[in-house]
Amino acid sequence: MQGESLGFIFLNAAVVNNFVLALFLGICPFLGVSSKKETAWNMGLATLFVMLVSSMSAYAINWVLGELDLMFLRLICYIAVIASAVQLVEMFIKKFSPSLFRSLGIFLPLITTNCAILGLALFQTAKEYDFVQSVVYALGAGAGFTLALMLMAGLREKLELADVPAVSQGAAMSLMLAGLLSLAFMGFAGLGA
Amino acid sequence: MAGLPNQTEKLSLDTFLRGLWEENPVFVMLLGMCPVLAVTNSTMNAIAMGLATTFVLVASSVLISLIRNLIPKQVRIASYIVIIATFVTVVDYAIQAISLDLYNALGAFIQLIVANCVILGRAEAYASKQRLHTTLVNSLGMGAGFTLALLSLGTVREVLGNGTLLGYAVMPADFQPWVVMILPPGGFFVLGAWLLLFAWLKQRRDQRLLQQEGAPHAG
Repeated sequence: MQGESLGFIFLNAAVVNNFVLALFLGICPFLGVSSKKETAWNMGLATLFVMLVSSMSAYAINWVLGELDLMFLRLICYIAVIASAVQLVEMFIKKFSPSLFRSLGIFLPLITTNCAILGLALFQTAKEYDFVQSVVYALGAGAGFTLALMLMAGLREKLELADVPAVSQGAAMSLMLAGLLSLAFMGFAGLGA
Repeated sequence: MAGLPNQTEKLSLDTFLRGLWEENPVFVMLLGMCPVLAVTNSTMNAIAMGLATTFVLVASSVLISLIRNLIPKQVRIASYIVIIATFVTVVDYAIQAISLDLYNALGAFIQLIVANCVILGRAEAYASKQRLHTTLVNSLGMGAGFTLALLSLGTVREVLGNGTLLGYAVMPADFQPWVVMILPPGGFFVLGAWLLLFAWLKQRRDQRLLQQEGAPHAG
């Protein structure tokens, strides 16, 4: 896949194959922290950063394990690196913005089990991207994640004012909304591979 | 996690059934949604994914329960993740050996079992505190509940989206498949519909209980 242009990779990851709405990765934070736009934005940025770090690390891990012929340890190495990166972000945010730290709550350490990040590492390996392509892919995926989170948060802020039947409030309504959003994103399907 | 006391639990039928219904990981606790939505476009995929997840869940819970007194508290999450990742690697290679078609259909989602919060949640909330036999039974129940949830999505989506069940045609010949059901939005819609159904059932039951209690005092 050497021929893919960087712009195409970015667009593909951010919009056409949006990690949340087309590939179903990272649904937990998508439903969990999308009730306010501000929190959604910060969560998106934190995830973007972890994605960048783990994408670069995954590239390095692939190289090292390839040299040592230990590819079966790939998964364990990825998850260990992701967990450390999340720990780093957590300490950083706790130090510089305690209020943000509180508003993200349990979802911050849970970035470790955000499958969007592990998925990113696995996909870039499967697509055999080189280093620059991997970084752009991570940026696109992070941007797409933030986009989906922000759209959902915007919708849910409006939804609070809407008069929906009591029985459908909460998770069921959010899932229906996500379905509509995902339907809208299918319109981009023709653009990509 | 639903208010479990910290002391060890006595083994009972409820230990198993809780995971299936009352604390169903998907419908009640809303955990592990990614594979639930992503691989349920056919019944076969749903069954395979359910079995694979159950195996990892049971094996890692049992191992964690066995060595729960050896793991230092500070590094417990990292230890759990490494144990889970090991079993996922086993499953990954096993499925690749058993059926390459299935492996390609499930794609990255086999390896993504590592990031399934049901498993880490069980390890943290249950296996790290309970004895071996209750952990075994409880994780079997949770695995069964997870598989049940996958199946209830997979069957609906395959029947409506493709007109088939496990590959056999079940709908009349002139049935127009709702293609959207096997596409990504269908996953959201079907799960949303199931949650709506359960919320409605719960609301009805609560109302009936309220009426039964309220009736004698009403006059």
